[in-house]
Parts: sequence; C-alpha cells; structure tokens
Amino acid sequence: MIEVIQTYWVYFLIGQFPDGPLGGLTLTIVIAAGGLLLAFPLGFALAIARMSPWPILSWPITGMVYVVRGTPLLMVLFWAYFFLPSITGQKISQFSTMLGALVLFNAAYLSEIFRAGIQALSTGQFEAARSLGLSYFAALRLVVMPQVMRNMLPSLVNQFVSTIKDTSLGYIIGLSEVSFIASQINNLVLTKPTEIYFALALAYFTLCFGLSRIAFWLERRLAQDESRSKMHRPSKPTLLEQP
Amino acid sequence: MIQFENVNKWYGEYHALVDITETIGKGEVVVVCGPSGSGKSTLIRTINRLEPIQSGTIVVDGKDAHSASLNINQFRAGIGFVFQQFNLFPHLTALENCTLAPKNIRGLNASAARELAIKLLDRVGLSEKADAYPAALSGGQQQRVAIARALAMQPPVLLFDEPTSALDPEMVGEVLMVMRDLASDGMTMVCVTHEMGFAREVADRVLFMDSGRILERATPDDFFNRPQHARAQQFLSDIRTPFR
Amino acid sequence: MAFDLNLLLVGTYHDWLIQGLRLSLGIAGITLVLALPLAMVVALFRLSPVAALRWLGVMFVESIRNVPLLAHMLFWYFGAPELLPDSLKRWLYAGNIEVLSATVALTLYTAAYMAEDIRSGIRGISSGQFEAGRSLGFSFLGTMRLIILPQALRVTIPPLVSQTLNLWKNTSIATIIGVGELMYQAAKVESSAFRSAEAFAFATICYLSVSLILTGLGLFYRHRFPVRSA
Repeated sequence: MIEVIQTYWVYFLIGQFPDGPLGGLTLTIVIAAGGLLLAFPLGFALAIARMSPWPILSWPITGMVYVVRGTPLLMVLFWAYFFLPSITGQKISQFSTMLGALVLFNAAYLSEIFRAGIQALSTGQFEAARSLGLSYFAALRLVVMPQVMRNMLPSLVNQFVSTIKDTSLGYIIGLSEVSFIASQINNLVLTKPTEIYFALALAYFTLCFGLSRIAFWLERRLAQDESRSKMHRPSKPTLLEQP
Repeated sequence: MIQFENVNKWYGEYHALVDITETIGKGEVVVVCGPSGSGKSTLIRTINRLEPIQSGTIVVDGKDAHSASLNINQFRAGIGFVFQQFNLFPHLTALENCTLAPKNIRGLNASAARELAIKLLDRVGLSEKADAYPAALSGGQQQRVAIARALAMQPPVLLFDEPTSALDPEMVGEVLMVMRDLASDGMTMVCVTHEMGFAREVADRVLFMDSGRILERATPDDFFNRPQHARAQQFLSDIRTPFR
Repeated sequence: MAFDLNLLLVGTYHDWLIQGLRLSLGIAGITLVLALPLAMVVALFRLSPVAALRWLGVMFVESIRNVPLLAHMLFWYFGAPELLPDSLKRWLYAGNIEVLSATVALTLYTAAYMAEDIRSGIRGISSGQFEAGRSLGFSFLGTMRLIILPQALRVTIPPLVSQTLNLWKNTSIATIIGVGELMYQAAKVESSAFRSAEAFAFATICYLSVSLILTGLGLFYRHRFPVRSA
C-alpha cells in the first residue's frame, strides 16, 4: 500500500496538472468553492424575490425552489450533459456542467438560508433603521444584512461541506475530481480496492470533518456573543440560585 | 415524617449542603428561606432524590431515600413535587396531566382517574380548564394544575420548590391561596419560597439557610420579630427594604 | 426529433423505466425500514450517560456524514467485499451484490442523518419535563415513553420526512455501481435509443412527484400536529 501511495499521491491531489488539466482533491475544492460563491448573488436574489409581496414574483420562484429540492442533483447533471448537447449541437465540458448544476442547486438552498436568516432577525432592527430615515435598501444593506451574514456563517460552512460532497457526482460524467481519480488509480493498481476507496473516504472525511468543526466553533462563538449581549438585562435572582 | 441526618452534598469542590440534621413532623408546614445560592432548592430536591447526596441519611415516611435498594419510582410516587417552572407536559391537556400518573402508575381505570382529576382541578379552581392545553393557560393557572397533578397521586407529603418565583406578581396570590388551603387540611408541606407573608401566616416553622447550613429554626413569630442569627437579621432587613 | 410520448406509455423502453421506478421505490422503502431503528439506537447512544457509548455514537455519525454517499457506495461495492472470505464472496457475487451494496451504503448514510434529528428532538425537551416525570414516580423508560418521546416525535417527524426525501433522491446515486434503478434505466434508454428527452422527463417527473408527496406529508403533519409548548 505504501508503494501505491508513493506512486499516486500527486495524481490523487492534483490530477494530471501541470501536464494536463487540474484534477483530484484540488479540483474538488476549487469546483465546490466556485459552485458556492457564484451561487451567492443568485441565491440572494431568489430569497428577496420569494419574500417580496408580489405573487407574480414569489410564486414561480417558490415553485422553482421546490423543483430543485425535489430533484436529484444527478438528474440535473444528466439533463445538462446528455440532453443539452443534443439540441445545441455543442458538447459542454464536464467542468462547466458540474459548476452550472452546483450553482443552480446551491442558489436554491442558499435562498432558503438567506430567507431564514432575514426572517429570524427581529423586525425591530429593520423598523429602527427605517425610523432613522434609512431607505428600504439602505436598511437592508447597512443594518439587516451584516447581522444576517454573521448569523448565517455556520450554515454557509455546512453548505460548503455538502457542496464538496456533491462534487463527487462529477465521477459519473467523467469529471476528474477526486472520486474519479481514485477509481482511475484503482483501475491501474487493480489489487487494492479496499485500501484505495478507504483512502478516498479518509480524504473526504478529513476535509469535511475539519470544516464542520469550524462551523461548530463559529456557532458556539455566536451563541456566546448572544448571551453576553443579553447580560445587562436584569434577570430574576432565583434563576441563578442553583450552583 | 422527614428526617435529615448529617446530610452533606458537594457539587465537585462546592459544598452545597453542610451537615444538615433536621426533623419535619407529620402535618407540619415548613417554609425554607434564605438568600440565593444558600442551598434551599438543593435541600428540597434531595428529599425525592432529584439530587444525590454524598453522606448522611434522609428518611421519608420510614424509607431511606438514598439507599440503593429503594424502589425509587414507588418512593417518588408517594411524594408530591411542585416545580418553579411548573413543568406541565405541554402535549397533554390539564386533565390528562393529572390522570397520566394515576392511570399508568396507580393502575386506576380511565373513569376513576378522570373523576379524581376533575375533583382536584375543581379544588384548585380550574375545573372549567380541564381540556385546555398548558400553552393556553396563564402561569398561575399552570402552577395550580401542577399542584393538582401532584395531588393526584395522593401523596402524604408535598414539596414546593419556589412555586411562585416564575409568576407575574398578580398571579402569586391565586397559587398561595391553594397552598394555604392545603395547609389547613393538614397536608405535610415543605416550601422553599420568598413569600414572607405566606411564611408568617401559614408556616408552623421557618428554616433559614445560608451557605448550605440551616442557621436558624424558629416559629414565624420568633423568626420575623426576634431573629437570632446575624445573617437572618441581615436577610430580613434586605427583603424589607428592596430598594437599597 | 419530436417528443415521443408513446415511447413512455408502451413498449420495451416503458418497461425498463417502470422497472427502474419500482426498484428505486423498493430500495428507498427497505432502506427507510432499516435506517429508522438504527438511527434510534444511535441517537440513544449519543444521549447515553455512558461516555464510551456516546463516543461510539459520535464516531458513527461523523465518520459517515463527512464522506459523500458516492464514496460510500464505491467502498461497499468495490472495497468491502474484498475483506470477506472467498466462499461468502462467491455467494454474494452470485446474487445481486449491486443492490445489496447500495442498500448498505444508503442505510448507514440515512441512519447517520436521522440519528442527529432524533437526538436534537429529544434534547429539545427541557430537563424539567424529565424531572417532573421522575418526580411522579415514572421510571426512566416510562418517562421516555409517556412524556419525552411523544413530545420529541412532534418535533422530529418533519425533519425525518425531509431525510426520507433526501433518501429518495439519493437512491439515484446507486446508478454508479450499476444498480438498475430509475436513473440507470433512464440512461440506458438514452444510450440505446438516443431518446434522452423522453427518458429524462419520465425520471424527473417520477422523482419530483414522490418528492412533492413527501413534502406534502410533512406539511400536513405539521399542520395536523402542531408543536405545543407550555
């Protein structure tokens, strides 16, 4: 097994790069990060549209979110990768297909996270901002969103973890991310499937577990800040009775 | 009815109860008071073993509360406990809260349990709220249902852990009224409370605690008019002048 | 090439797709039946007063949730059978090892998520409820059964329904190890008849309908059994 690791670890991490396209674990991270960050503006727009008072805007968007959440990501990949070329006559690269599908999915999920974050914030904050004379959008931008972003940080890190896991589906359309590379190595070595797929799982685990620890830590820090900001309120002394 | 003998309890390094020795007789109404953190809630929670103790014995109605061989569930069924936060079961109506234990532990049939529960809800003045869920009741009403729930097991002893501290001021009276009524019926009661008016009128004895010790045991008259211990004097002057 | 609805209503391709749908539903159903009790046990481990059991629970949940389902499937299909003795391996390969591996992977994956939902449902009930139950004389299990679980269930059912929806979508990943479920059959129709639009439309509608039914059930439950708090 040590021999296998020595031979293939660079391939596992970066694919054929720099002699060929970037691949492996690095591509997994790059495409996951891209798929999440590019989804931000779209997700935000969807959230605002869904909360808007105009049904002509909110209904179709709500419908779209339901459709995306009810369909496997793999299904979208199939449509984009096998069906689209048959009408456009142009093959889309695996990279663009995967990135596009991730952006679409993440936008739908992010819109839910944004919406929950905005709705959780008390209307008092918004009213206070408007009472100071800020416009609707200024109040949103200067008062509401900074707080929402902060509160959402743990959810966003968790969404990044899911996105990393989702990139593994690139395997099916032959995108050379880390799962695909692992199966390529398995095809070359042939005799060590257990070890190779265990190593693949371990790589994902290290990455995702590390990130979810960060999310957990952020969540705790936020909870502490919250309780500290409530400290000045008088509380009933009896609540402190028990040591 | 309840005997404490050299009871000690620690939370880690913190000595929460220090050598408590005390006897509470049958039919007696005892009020336990003292400043925050004095150990009075801990004391009452050791009686039905919600809190373990590290040394000493507590005997309730002839049974050693902290012996390993005790059937703890049967033991607790014979002691009513009323919580500061009511702890009504939110998924059950007021009536169902009162029938749950009689049905499942006493083995009462549904109609007998129902009859008993209605009688008790009537006693606390809430028979018309029998089918309401706790969320639809005020704090004072919830606490009265909680008392009825405890009474439904027909316990010889009732323990109250600050039953009025979580209530809005205007609801304290209705709960104290129910407690007063129980006391006049000869119920054995141990009440941790800050309600000094209740202590003065209803209690047979007052125990004053500080730093895990019982510093003073006296009749209400002696305690309020002639407190002996310096800490007790301080405590009484503090509660009489709340806006220092 | 016009959309040929007839292709979906009769004939070989229709049969393939229906076969796939049946297998997808079957795998999802069996996985649900296996994963729920497993999740319950793992959740109780996570809440246990014994530190060793809690650790076991954490290890199970974290090691499974932080690895993509696809990697689980690859491991259970390619990796795990290699660890078994030859006779057992031959027996497995004679049977439908693809479906078995996929079900094992899906069950573990789904159970890890459900365990966390059940755990947080139970933890959401205040300790006062537990103390009140014990003070009335109920045993640990009696308190769990009559007081804690009925309340926890109300809070837990909706997230469990969304996990079931995830499970339904996740069955599609079994395609990669050659399980003949809905996605696999859709791809098969695509490659043998070049009828991607029809095959994919069929699959999409199937996935969506079941998802919408599950979402509807979740909403209905929340409406019918609202969470009561004191």
